Amino acid sequence: MVTDNSEADVKKINHILAGYKGESNLLIQVLLEIQKELRWLPKEGLIRISQELNVPLRQVYHAVTFYKAFSLVPKGKYTVTVCVGTACHVRGSPRILDRVEQTLGINSGDTTPDFKFSLETVNCLGCCAMGPVMVVGDVYHGKLSLDQVRRILDSYD
Amino acid sequence: MPKLKSALELEELREGIVSKRDPSRLCFTVCSGTACLAIGSQPTFAAFEKELEKQGLKDRVDLKPTGCPGFCEQGPIVVVYPQEICYLHVQPEDVAEIISQSMKGQIVERLLYVDPVTGKATSRESDIPFYLYQKRLILGNNRLIDATKIEDYIALGGYKALPKALFDMTPEQVLAEIEKANLRGRGGGGFPTARKWKSTRDAPGEPKYVIVNCDEGDPGAFMNRALMEGNPHSVLEGLTIGAYAMGSHEGFIYVRQEYPLAAENIAIAIKQAEDYGLLGKNILGSGFDFIVKVHKGAGAFISGESSALMNAIEGKVGEPRPKYIHTAEKGLWDKPSCLNNVETWADVPFIINNGAEWFASIGTEGSKGTKIFSLVGKVNNTGLVEVPLGTSLRDIIYRIGGGVSGNKKFKAVQTGGPSGGCIPEQYLDSPVDFDELTKLGAMMGSGGMIVTDEDTCMVDFAKYFVHFLSEESCGKCVPCREGISHMLDILTRITEGKGQATDVQLLEDLARMLKEASLCALGQTAANPVLTTLRYFRPEYDAHINEKRCPAGVCKDLIAFYIEPDKCQACLICARNCPVDAINGGKNLIHVIDQSRCIKCGTCFDVCPPRFGAIKKISGEPVPALILEQDRVIQRKS
Repeated sequence: MVTDNSEADVKKINHILAGYKGESNLLIQVLLEIQKELRWLPKEGLIRISQELNVPLRQVYHAVTFYKAFSLVPKGKYTVTVCVGTACHVRGSPRILDRVEQTLGINSGDTTPDFKFSLETVNCLGCCAMGPVMVVGDVYHGKLSLDQVRRILDSYD
Repeated sequence: MPKLKSALELEELREGIVSKRDPSRLCFTVCSGTACLAIGSQPTFAAFEKELEKQGLKDRVDLKPTGCPGFCEQGPIVVVYPQEICYLHVQPEDVAEIISQSMKGQIVERLLYVDPVTGKATSRESDIPFYLYQKRLILGNNRLIDATKIEDYIALGGYKALPKALFDMTPEQVLAEIEKANLRGRGGGGFPTARKWKSTRDAPGEPKYVIVNCDEGDPGAFMNRALMEGNPHSVLEGLTIGAYAMGSHEGFIYVRQEYPLAAENIAIAIKQAEDYGLLGKNILGSGFDFIVKVHKGAGAFISGESSALMNAIEGKVGEPRPKYIHTAEKGLWDKPSCLNNVETWADVPFIINNGAEWFASIGTEGSKGTKIFSLVGKVNNTGLVEVPLGTSLRDIIYRIGGGVSGNKKFKAVQTGGPSGGCIPEQYLDSPVDFDELTKLGAMMGSGGMIVTDEDTCMVDFAKYFVHFLSEESCGKCVPCREGISHMLDILTRITEGKGQATDVQLLEDLARMLKEASLCALGQTAANPVLTTLRYFRPEYDAHINEKRCPAGVCKDLIAFYIEPDKCQACLICARNCPVDAINGGKNLIHVIDQSRCIKCGTCFDVCPPRFGAIKKISGEPVPALILEQDRVIQRKS
């Protein structure tokens, strides 16, 4: 079990929140910023957001569980995102996803035990002409073939 | 930069920018849209920077990162001006040669577009068939503009419509012009834009809000991304004109989370427009105030629905609400709000500049202007295609798109996103506009066009969309939440070979219920992919249900892979690539697949050398018995 909040995380959250006191309509924007910084949303952080933005904790939790961008569990160092949009689908993304799952030994939505990779799917990245597409961290890999998958994943440390 | 205080100052600025630019000067442009970045345009751009520095040409030629020109299949794309020479698939190692040849006025033949049929090379970008048959009003400037430089937009005549509207026209006249142009919403609904604007304008309550919908959640569609990344000022200008017509002083731009570059570029554009006084207080000295904010989405398809999107901007969960009160009357914070698609807003400056009559001269009786389509899937020239409304599907897919890729047979084109439908070959001559595709049970939607070939199973394809919608249904209303998941259960069992004779009827009943009882368009149109595939591809459903056979060889539970003993040359390639070691074989030993271990991933089918073609996909018939052990040895002539 990863501890709910390290001191450094709380510091980062407080730093981000400093600019948004009482701005309840910016809830989603604040959550996005914290998610980007920490790669997840610790419980302690949600409570602080609720207090600072003056939004009921229930409403914060509703938003966090509604939108796909947010995570309530810690994520790996690299997020591997396989596009399963229609264009990628007809060009074979289901098989790419199978291969990534096999290679990493986890299912979509999970994180490797060493916290190196988290695997996710996305419904379209708008790079349809490059399909199938996989993003690792913020690097896009287009026109992917099955045999490239392992090589790409192996190149991250 | 100083704030512009009048239309005259803007014109002086424009003249200043244009006079400093030499149209005969050599300029290299590198496509830097997300799709080209995915295929490596960044290293190509960096190579240009380095090479120009090295050759000491930095001050003599221009280098520009541009937006997406739409020919994504061929990226990274480099165009050399003024001759407009277009190079495709440009890698960093090609850059030095392009520069040195261009300096001599020469062409690098090997990087030109070559027609796959005639084998003829084409050097000028606009002569490439993909571009030649398009009419690129909205998208055309993407390839000429560095999206982070407002000066590029101004130099091309940008922000000309804004002062025209502010100083030469009353808000009513602007509205009348949009009405006369018969502009209809590009997001999919096709609702008359002027009527929406008028309702917002006339609705009681202040302030009024205007909103750009760049949620573009339809998978397979990316025209809004290209426009927002490549030419953000055109959207801003249209939005500002609309705000003037409606008496709004505050606008929002909603950008989906999956489009980080679009959000970045529009934020830069807003800042620059503010600095020049094209946004903010007293725009160009007209007395009109208007500010714009960017709101980033957080990943929810349903948030693209207008009332849901407004909830999201308010910082709430992006769920829709019943619209018996229109958002034009009570939208964002219960104030009159007008939401339009990115492309709709971008059409506005064109109409104001060139007049409603000009705009209405393009397109069909009920659908005016051009529309950008994202042509993707199994087609040779994937990318963005802008054509007059009313162009036939055949022209788009074959003349511009170059036909189906890999010499396969066309099966259907799926239009309109997850709520759209699949159109078969016999309707390819149908004109594409707001009304015609609806008659076929599909719809134009926001402009996604996904081409499928003989290798696509239509039952699986329908299941794909229903699965998508089941995940994206917000769950607020029961018909949508339960109806879609029930449909998914039925389609899943059909693809698993467990379909029942009554399933088709059940699907049709569910479809009717969804259409009539769902709260918003997601549920109301959710059955379209199922209904159109049932209408045009019924034999495929019957094969799955009655014969337990998948004609396209896609549904894993209904297929098997088998190695034909007389074709196998024991090359070991399939055995080495099999991810689960299900293939038994050795040197000079005919390979066999252990069916109990096989996960039907199809890798062996892909890697078996075409000259052998030994792997066979079987569906609807039993796998032949294993070859006898003593017959497996291949006797080769020495």
